Amino acid sequence: MSTKIKINSQIFQDSNNIYYPKDEAEVSDLIRELYKQDSPTEIIGNNSKSFIGNKTQSANTTSLSKISGIIDYRPEELYIKVKACTPVNEIEQVLSENNQELAFEPIDFGYIKDGKSNKGTIAGYLSCNYAGSRRFKVGSVRDHVLGFKGVNGKGDIIKSGGTVVKNVTGYDLSKLIAGSFGTLVVLTEITLKVLPKKNSSKTVIIYSNNFEQIYDLFNKLSSSSSEISGAVFIPEQSKDKDFIGKKNSVFKFNDLKSDVSFIAFRVEGDKISIEEKINNLKKELQLNNSDTSTLDVYQSEPFWKKINNLEVFEKTEHNLVRMVIPPANGSKLCKYLENQHSYYVDWCGSLFWIEVDSKKEEKIKYLKKMANDFGGYLTVIKTSSEYDYGEAIFTVDKVRLMISEKIKQSFDPKRILNPGKMYRGI
Amino acid sequence: MSEIALPKIDSSILNRKKEIVKRISKLTDKENVLSEADELRPYETDALSVYTQTPLAVVLPENTEEVSEILKYCHSENIKVVPRGAGTGLSGGALPLQDAILLGLGKFNKILEIDFYNQCVVTQPGVTNLGITHAVEHKQFYYAPDPSSQLACSIGGNVAENSGGVHSLKYGTTTNNILGVEMVMMDGTVCRFGGKSFDQEGYDLMGLICGSEGLLGVVTEVTVKILKKPEVVRAALIGFPSIKEGGDAASEIISSGIVPAGMEIMDKALIEATDNFSKAGYPRDAELLLIVELDGTDSEVNELIKKVEAICKKNNCSSLKLSNSEKERLSFWAGRKAAFPACGAMAPDYYCMDGSIPRGKLTEALLEIKKLSEKYKLPVANCFHAGDGNLHPLIMFDGNDKEQLRKTEEFGSEILKTCVRLGGVITGEHGVGIEKRELMCEMFNDNDIQQQLSIKKSLDEKNLLNPGKVYPILRKCAEEGRVHVHKNKDKFPDLPRF
Repeated sequence: MSTKIKINSQIFQDSNNIYYPKDEAEVSDLIRELYKQDSPTEIIGNNSKSFIGNKTQSANTTSLSKISGIIDYRPEELYIKVKACTPVNEIEQVLSENNQELAFEPIDFGYIKDGKSNKGTIAGYLSCNYAGSRRFKVGSVRDHVLGFKGVNGKGDIIKSGGTVVKNVTGYDLSKLIAGSFGTLVVLTEITLKVLPKKNSSKTVIIYSNNFEQIYDLFNKLSSSSSEISGAVFIPEQSKDKDFIGKKNSVFKFNDLKSDVSFIAFRVEGDKISIEEKINNLKKELQLNNSDTSTLDVYQSEPFWKKINNLEVFEKTEHNLVRMVIPPANGSKLCKYLENQHSYYVDWCGSLFWIEVDSKKEEKIKYLKKMANDFGGYLTVIKTSSEYDYGEAIFTVDKVRLMISEKIKQSFDPKRILNPGKMYRGI
Repeated sequence: MSEIALPKIDSSILNRKKEIVKRISKLTDKENVLSEADELRPYETDALSVYTQTPLAVVLPENTEEVSEILKYCHSENIKVVPRGAGTGLSGGALPLQDAILLGLGKFNKILEIDFYNQCVVTQPGVTNLGITHAVEHKQFYYAPDPSSQLACSIGGNVAENSGGVHSLKYGTTTNNILGVEMVMMDGTVCRFGGKSFDQEGYDLMGLICGSEGLLGVVTEVTVKILKKPEVVRAALIGFPSIKEGGDAASEIISSGIVPAGMEIMDKALIEATDNFSKAGYPRDAELLLIVELDGTDSEVNELIKKVEAICKKNNCSSLKLSNSEKERLSFWAGRKAAFPACGAMAPDYYCMDGSIPRGKLTEALLEIKKLSEKYKLPVANCFHAGDGNLHPLIMFDGNDKEQLRKTEEFGSEILKTCVRLGGVITGEHGVGIEKRELMCEMFNDNDIQQQLSIKKSLDEKNLLNPGKVYPILRKCAEEGRVHVHKNKDKFPDLPRF
């Protein structure tokens, strides 16, 4: 107990000085004590996404790994209530048995971290608010949270929301907690909306390397009444040998030419309606003279997993940037990125995953300016070992930072929870 | 109707009325400041018209800079401000205060940009909900949330209340359908959250503002997402011989994996009332009527209809009618949309409740309400957004009879408490406002409320923006929470409410 403060003999602490509270009451006791002692703590789940965000500088580490398990799953009510650190795999497994799923398609960040699948915990997902390929149709993680319970920076147990979808009782704190990187509340319980799983899927590939044409296709796809649930563009990047090699090894499918540029869109639902939608879309997109191919369900499902798992950037040692912009500016961004950086485009033209060489950190500053000019934002999701944090990982303007400071103050006045994880001073 | 507690009146502000009006008249066009008694009268209430208050003055600014200057001035002089959109809110969120400026956003009535490429519309907050759809429907787009007052309610008000509607089960409420807002804080700071791109980094301040009932800032611009209209929309009208069978069918539709675009339930009392009123052709022998709307591609809708039919037959439906044309589909909805005025025609007064319950508890809730109706000897008609468990029981009574009024209030409270007991909440879509303020303690404990108040304090330290709303003033849990309509004298009697 040299550098550590004895908190509560009931709360388990391992040899690395990490606290493992086992329930909400213990989290509350722990934070209350840390609040008294003015001693900040880092909050971790199972560490699958801990590389995202700034490094926190705190004397303590609180692991929520013991706060895990499904509390209440009501398939007929379309919700599941879980303890905060329940592994996403476990939730998906249980939902799958009832033919349901988390519609926001959780991204598996394990691949970019160390090449191994690790979807982490639901609290981690909510804290980052990064949704997968379906986002542009079904919303983000925040749109699927019905309520939560947790402990604020003073040690008070608080809750918001509930289990019903229609609820306007009080401020919608679930939204505020989503994407807050554990800086407002230590989550202990989360209720999520779940949706029926689609019976089947097919993916249509259109080969093209003309950015205007690609964005014209994205535009037609997103505004068609024949609904799609995913659309990506994977560029050729002929000068980038590493990227080509990676692309070829990741996208090995019978009906896909992975060495050229292509756009892929997914249609999900019953088999008959999939065929009907694909036929409608082929007409709307005027694909008669285009080079296309179709991935059946056995290829379509793994294809989208690989997209969602960022497998093209598996174990990247460079900086990985996530940029979101309004799609109308997408073709301009593609032109800039062509043969500059490895990248691909998801969310039907809105989301860019960009790899930036660790020796070219100044490029991140430039990309950030572009994101800003285009009306979007950028986050450095993974930093290379050489990253010197000269350029902030997150994008924030002065007014939002000022308001964020006030919000932080209202939840965590002594900045006990994950200080500095997002912004300096928060 | 019980008296409602309002924040203590600051008499020094009342005494300075002349000077305040003069100062504010310099911050916007003189004609935008109303301070004479006859000018103020139309602003005395919103759609919860049982409560009225005369504001100190009404100010109708024309742009964000003016809003900022006005708020900055009020902030420095400790003058309270109540923001107001179209005044169609049912929970008294825009009820004026005697020592407060009523800030009307009615002049913010322009759509600023229609961006089909990015599938969004940038609009001023005073534009009506339906006005947005009208502006984009020539290209088969629409704005999804459809509160029943969509003809008159403003998009700024929708943001304040996080409004829902019949289609929120499939398409979400306001919070799921907006991309960005511009907002002015009480101290005059102008801020923008989000924009035309998805999500935003950092704290989701837009998510916090949406549904904050005008307590945290004044929204001066909204960017909404627009969607392509579905290829095919069809509705089914299904009658059931008992509450249980109909309620079970509704639950089973959801649990079978179908996500209807809309699903509504009406009980026998309402079937009769609305059919008398609108001649919708509803099955009068049914105890419960289910309206299910399905959308998608042709084959998708046909497939779903087959599944819905099978579930309803399994649950012994007594009648089943499918819409075969757009006209017929709209006629199915006509009765449902006339539910409120139909009740108004049946009794001198009615109270409209707004609670949410888990879908699977529909039958239990309906039977409970029926029992309460017998206990209090007051007729009740029920309509539910069955898809998402949002219920609107309408209690009919005569307000001139004090004893009936008292019983009605008790009845209403028992219904909302039943909602909470069944795992639901006290307001699904009408908001807390002043109406359900005291019932907040039914759902939240001290810690929960303190956390919310602490957010309020961090953004409006002097508590000048819409004070006295949403959170209990005396922290007492009184039993209130209804919309009271006397002799159909709703502020907007022509608006369909559903």
